[in-house]
This record gives sequence, structure tokens and C-alpha cells, in this order.
Amino acid sequence: MKKNNSLLNRLFMVLVFVFLYAPIVLLIVFSFNAGNSNTVWKGFSLDWYAKLLHDRLIMQSVYTTLLVSLLATVIATVAGTFAAIGFYAMRRKLRDPLMTINNIPMMNADIVTGVSLCLFFVAFFGLWSDFASWLNGVQHLVRLPIRLTMGFGTLLIAHICFNIPYVILSVGPKLRQMDKNLVDAAMDLGCTWMQAFRKVILPEIKPGIVSGALTAFTMSIDDFVISYFTAGSSASTLAMTIYGMTKKRVTPEINAISTLLFVTVLVLLAIVNIREARQERRRSAELHRV
Amino acid sequence: MKNKLSHFAIPYVIWMALFVVAPILIVVIYAFSSASGGFTVANFARMGTYAVVFTRSFKLAIIATIICLLIGYPVSYMMSKEGPRFQRIAMVLIMLPMWMNFLLRTYSWMSILENNGLLNQLFQKIGLIALYNQVFGTDLQYFRLINTQGAVVLGMVYNYLPFMILPIYSVIIKLDRSLIEAAHDLGANTFNVFRRVILPLSLPGVLSGITMVFVPSVSTFAISKMLGGGTEMMLGDLIEQQFLGGAYNPQLGAAISLVMMVIVVVCMWVMNRFGEGEEQAVMM
Amino acid sequence: MSKELIRLRDLCMAFDDEPVLNHIDLYINDKEFLTLLGPSGCGKTTTLRIIGGFATPTSGDVLFDGVRINDVPPYQRQINTVFQKYALFPHLNVYENIAFGLRMQRRPDPNDPTGKRKVKIPEEEINQRVMEMLEVISLKGFEHRKPDALSGGQQQRVAIARALVNRPKVLLLDEPLGALDLKLRKDMQIELKRIQQQVGITFIYVTHDQEEALTMSDTIVVMDKGCIQQIGTPEDIYNEPKNAFVADFIGESNIIDGIMVRDKVVKMYGREFACLDGGFAENEPVDVVIRPEDIDIVPVEQGQLVGTVTNVTFKGMQYDIIVDFRGFKWLIQTTDHSPVGARIGIKIDPDGIHVMKKSQYSGMFGDYSSFSEEYDELDDASLALDEEESGDEE
Repeated sequence: MKKNNSLLNRLFMVLVFVFLYAPIVLLIVFSFNAGNSNTVWKGFSLDWYAKLLHDRLIMQSVYTTLLVSLLATVIATVAGTFAAIGFYAMRRKLRDPLMTINNIPMMNADIVTGVSLCLFFVAFFGLWSDFASWLNGVQHLVRLPIRLTMGFGTLLIAHICFNIPYVILSVGPKLRQMDKNLVDAAMDLGCTWMQAFRKVILPEIKPGIVSGALTAFTMSIDDFVISYFTAGSSASTLAMTIYGMTKKRVTPEINAISTLLFVTVLVLLAIVNIREARQERRRSAELHRV
Repeated sequence: MKNKLSHFAIPYVIWMALFVVAPILIVVIYAFSSASGGFTVANFARMGTYAVVFTRSFKLAIIATIICLLIGYPVSYMMSKEGPRFQRIAMVLIMLPMWMNFLLRTYSWMSILENNGLLNQLFQKIGLIALYNQVFGTDLQYFRLINTQGAVVLGMVYNYLPFMILPIYSVIIKLDRSLIEAAHDLGANTFNVFRRVILPLSLPGVLSGITMVFVPSVSTFAISKMLGGGTEMMLGDLIEQQFLGGAYNPQLGAAISLVMMVIVVVCMWVMNRFGEGEEQAVMM
Repeated sequence: MSKELIRLRDLCMAFDDEPVLNHIDLYINDKEFLTLLGPSGCGKTTTLRIIGGFATPTSGDVLFDGVRINDVPPYQRQINTVFQKYALFPHLNVYENIAFGLRMQRRPDPNDPTGKRKVKIPEEEINQRVMEMLEVISLKGFEHRKPDALSGGQQQRVAIARALVNRPKVLLLDEPLGALDLKLRKDMQIELKRIQQQVGITFIYVTHDQEEALTMSDTIVVMDKGCIQQIGTPEDIYNEPKNAFVADFIGESNIIDGIMVRDKVVKMYGREFACLDGGFAENEPVDVVIRPEDIDIVPVEQGQLVGTVTNVTFKGMQYDIIVDFRGFKWLIQTTDHSPVGARIGIKIDPDGIHVMKKSQYSGMFGDYSSFSEEYDELDDASLALDEEESGDEE
């Protein structure tokens, strides 16, 4: 089967990629704009980067975004992996409905997930408030805070909520592809089930865990709507800050942070890909040697 | 040993009950409650007054999905015929914008589409606006690009195109090559092979892509505010208004959200009938 | 008289500078059952794919009915293929799979006097031909099943039907029986041969199983490392292999270093044997092939050679006996049992000896030493005995 593509096909693909990247490129270019706008070029300058670092609001939201994404990813990856293993070991009858529920946050529109969590938190806070008042009223040992508000905690919970399904759906297939005999073989050779888990199952599903974690992190960084509804007024992710700014005036500091974000991601992906390519080359060299 | 392992899932099941099932139940409760707390279906009746919003959202989402399909399918197909190096790089390039945040991507279009934005500047420079004025006898300084429905569709296509490409591409790439050779062997030329073998077998990926573009498109609200100017309200704006905006009416908001969930369930059902479950997380 | 249908002329093929086919010259006749036989990597599948149009040779010509078809795509060749893993369309049922090729065909409109307009095959004819095929492969009633609801053998037959229903001039089969179990494979071999003779077209079959090739073929083409080693009927290939590779690949053989003293006399182990071959130079070094079943075990006094039995294995039909002659191990297949350690004599009829020219394969095959490692100690002991008793071998 020839893998030839006509010039027209290639041109089309290039156009699509240009379409995908033109806005990003423009953002980056105008981050170096001496002027104040995104439309009129007034010369090269690094001013906006300097202003960015001093802008408490934006830096705080960048920090929040990174923190919540990293935390949520780590927690979701661990929890999701265990959950996936749990599901794998279940009978089909039990697993199928649970998997359907698991898929809901992924399939639902962001806004529905955000709204439902928001309502849930509000209801919970209401109940808590009643409970705390009552508890504080009947004893003096422990004083519970009465008013809880949405903030970093609820934001984190929400992110974990929509991250775990991605991890499960990444680890699940790897578990299914795993040769069932491997675990039996390990036990036959003397492993307890805990050891079998560590020495046999984990290495087999590692690629699934890694890709699940990457997906979860991507989804967290990319999120806006769910964060918008669950962060309350005390926490703010980068996306929320930008959204707030677009209602008023936007400065090219946004361009600067976009550029920094883009470059960071590019470098990370480049490193990962180069490492993968090098590993592949090493593997195929070994095969050829044999 | 398997039974012991299944206990691993218990914490997560509890989590799901708390943070997935309970919130949805609360939404359902709110949807059927009135402001004073009693049971009512008035909220759904009130939705009728917003029929315009519904049709607008559906219309734009369908257009965006069709455009994504028209662009995404050919791209996936062409990518599948390239060598592995090109494919790997192309995948990275397609995924990369998703790491930049949805809002940044939308924001980047604002400056391009503005009245004296980059596109309009380009049109002025090449004389397109002058030409248009001549032909139609108007006196425009710029084309109104931003704050239109078209801009919203553009924003949706731009943001969700990768979600159309990835599932279709991953299905096509896994097609057994010998099926294509067999079709050739039996007399099918390239066009017929596509029509009778590749197309039908790529349908699960197409359905997956359609769902993953339509659902966020019909429920979007940031895109419509930023690129649509907030004048033409869409479902997402409507919902947001009921919760965090001016018209505080969580019951109505919950009702609309419930309708949204039903739409998603319908999409999921269609997909399950024709596709496979894992195409959702088909990312890597 | 069969006419020549396909000719491969000086075909060369390389993948990324690695040569896969080396100057292949071959012609295939109409109605012939021809098998390309060889180990993995010998180029047989590549040759098949070139004939089918799925690969283009780096140089050389493929002629079909005298016409050069190198640049003709597969869908325009009057050739159909049965793929190794069947390649049945999973989204179509059995009926539609078989009908696929028929739906692709266009032929001149019978109503059009100029004969220029092309029309599809009418639905009734498609139906009739598909049902006919289902009958031939004994799967009537399975029309509406999807491929994943069929067993391996059934999928196989559907793949064959799908190809044959188009009435091609040539059918290519790429190791189609590899995934079937032994009993089913043997039944299918007979089935395929029957179908080929019934339908009366050329079959080009690729396999690495020499028994399969011997069973089904009119002609066998033995290949190795991209070159044709020998072409011939099954009997020719078996009885008169051209070199050590062919001798070893087909059936079991003992291959011994020998010297052709003169026509009809060959010398092995310092002893002269009568044989039927000739045409070699005087005292030319040669490879001598003796099939295990052509060796008779006789009492030591009557033997042309004397050796020690090192291994006996019961194989059902016969015993496999490994005999040591001065360090070189022979395989004898016989229904007579000899105990391990016994001294035996062997006798070989002249027509059981086949002489071949030396080739690049000399010395690589034909020694059954690996069969009896554990008796090497015994060997060292008996070698000493042999020296003392060398006077016996005369």
C-alpha cells in the first residue's frame, strides 16, 4: 500500500495546522509588543513580561492553577489506578453500572458538572452550618467553623472529580490487555497478592498510568467552566482571571503568560518525545543485535 | 485473589456516590422545585419562553459539529496515510493547543476578529473592504467579524477540532491493512475502498468525535460571551445567569441543566449502540 | 497442452537496500497448482504480492498472458487473493463479503450496440453466483452471519469463496491454512486441491510446510534467501534434490561428503557405492543424499558400512534410529527395531543414493548429531573400539 499523499492533501493538512496555530503565534508575537494592544505593533519590548511578574493577581492565579492541577493529577492518578484495579477484579454485573456512573463527569457538559457540584457544595455548606451551630451550642471542647465557603478545597475536589475517570479509562484497557496468567505465575512462584500487585500488575499497567496522568493534567490545565463554578470568590485559576479581565480591559500581560505557558509545554513535550525516540532506537538496536 | 482486589474500588465508589451521584440528584430535586420548596414542573414550562435560546444553541452547535467533521475527517484520513514520524509529530501538534487553556485560545481570536483587529487590518491593506464598498455601494471601515454568530462558531470549531480529529484518527489507524488490500484485490479502486470499507469501519470514531464536539458546543458559555459579545444568548449563558448572574433562579438553571444531561444521555446511547466504550479517553 | 499464463522475468526486489528477491525467473501455466515453498524470509510471500499487485519489483517484469502488468493496480488484474488472516470485512455478513467483488465489476452493456457503456452485474446474477459459491464451500444457510460468528475453518472457506466467485484466472493463496489445527488442515488441503481441479484455474500457493506442498502441488518452487533453488514436480524435488538445502528442506535426508569416482560409482567413507547418477567430472567432490527410508539394516557381516546405534525413537509408523558412523550421525527410518548400542550394518540400493553438486549449502545440513548428545560419551568409548576393528569395514 503506497503511502503517497498528493500535494493537495499535504497542502490541506498544512492549512489546518496553520489555522490551529496562527492565533497562538500571534499571541506570542504580540507579547513582545511595546504598545498596549494586540492589534497594533509598536516595536519590540519585554515590558509585559516584567509587568507580568509584578502583577500579583495573575501570578497568584497561575500559582493556583498549577497547584490545583498538579495536586488533582497526583491524587486522581493514585485513586484512579486503585479504582481501575478494583473494577477490573469485579464481576461484570457489578462493574458495568459503576463504569457508567464513572463516565458521567467525562461525558457531561462541563457546565452541568460545574453547576451540579456548585449546588452540592452549597447544600452541604447549609447542612454543615446547621450541624456546626448545633455542635458548638452543646459543647465547648471543639469549636467548628460555621461558615464554610467555596475556595481552593472545593476547586480541588472538583478537579479530582473530573480527572479520575480519565485515569480509569486509561488504566482499564491496559489491565484488560494484561495476560491473566502473569498474576497466577507470580503467585505460583511464591508471591502474596500484595507482592503480585507490586511486581507484576503495576509494571504492566505503567504506560496506562502515565498516559492517564498526562490526560488528567491536560484536562485540569485546560478547564475553565468547572473551575468557574466551584472556586467561589476566594480562589481563582488563570482562566477565571482572564475571563474576568476580558469583561473590562485586557493587557498584553495575558500574551506574556500565554507565551510562557506555551514554551514550557513545548519544551516538556519535546523532552518526552526525544526520550521516547531514543528509547525506541535503543530497543530496535538491541533487537537487531540479537 | 481477585475478590480481594475488587475492594480497591470501594473508596472510589463512595467518592462517586458523594460527588457524582448526589450532585446530580440535587440538580434533579432543584429542577422540580419551586422557589419556596414545593414540587413543581413550572420550571420546565418556563423554559419554553427561552425557546429562541435553545434553537440558537442547537443551530450553532450543529453547524460547528458539521464543520469540524468536514475538516477533521479528511485530516484524520490523510494523517493515517503518512509515515510514523509525521504521525507522531502531527499528534503532538494537534494536542499542544489543548495544554494552553481553553480561555487563552478563545481570547486569541478576539484580537484577530476585532473591528480594527488583524484580519480587518489585512483586508484593508489588500483592498478587500474598498472592493466590497464599490460592489455593494456601502461605506464600511471594517467587516463586523467579532460579536457575531459566525465568530462563536469559529471559536467552537477552533477549540473542539482536536476532539474530532483524535477519535477518528485512532480508529482509522487501527484498521487492518489487509482489509484494504482485500478490497483492492476484489476490484475496488481507491474511492470505492474508502466508501465501502474505510468509511463504514470508521463510523465509531466519527460518532465519538461528533459527541465530543456537539456536547461542549451546545453548552458553551465563555465562547459566546467573548466572541459573541453577550448580545445573543446561548444555553450556557442562560444557565450561568441563573446561578451566578443577575437573574438568580437556581431552580430554572437546574431544569435547563437537566435537559442538557438528557441530551448527553441520548448521545451516549447512540454511541454505545454503534461504537465502543473506550473511544472517549482515546487521547493517547 | 497448458499454455503459459504468468511469467516472472529477472525479478529483483529490495526493501530499504536489503535485497529480498534475487533475479527470479519463473513461468506459471494455466490450470497449474504451483507452490512457492521455503523458510520464513525466503521471498515467497513477496513474490506472491508482486504477482497480486500489492508490491512493485525494483526491477524485472511481470507478464500476464504476454502483457506486462507491473504498473497495473490490483483491482484491475484478473487475479484474486486469499489472505493469510482471511481479511474478511467485519462490518459485512457472509453474503455481502462474497458478493463484494461482484458488486465492483462493470461490464459492457448488452443493450448498447457500441459496447462502450458499462453496467453493473444485475442483482439476480449476483445472488445466483453467491449462493452457488456457498454451496461449493458447504456453508449454505450462513449468509447472514458476520465473520466474528464463524470458526477459523469457516472464515477460511468464506475467504476462498469471496475470491473464487469473481472467476479469476489465477488464485493466490498466502499460507491460508496456517491458523487451522492439524486435522482440519489436512482436510482443507484435499478440499483445496479438489476445488482447484473442479474450477480449473491456476492456484499459486505459498507455504513453509513441505508436506503440504508435496500433497497439493503440480509444481513446487523451492526458494531460499530470495533465490529459486529448484523447480519441479513433487517427485522430482523429493527424489532428486539439486542441493543440500532442498534435500534437507523436503523430508529427512542424510547428506554425506562424497567423491564421484566415475559415472555410477560414488565413494563415501573410503568405500565405493553403486549408484544411478552420472555426468560429473572424475573424482569430483559431491554431496550424497540418502533418504532415511532407503537404508536397510542388515547383519554386520552383510553391511556396506558398520556403525553403532545411539538413539531409537518410536514414531508410530516407523522407528527413527540414529546411527553413528565415525562421528557422523545418520537417521534411519525403518519398521525394524534395533536396540541402543547395537552394532549394525547398513545396505543401500543404488537407486537410494542421489548425488548432487557441491553448493553454498554443503556441510550445513544432513547430520543428525543434535539428536544424541547424551550418547557422546558412548561415542568416545566406541571410537576407540572402531579403530581396533577397522579391519571389519570392507
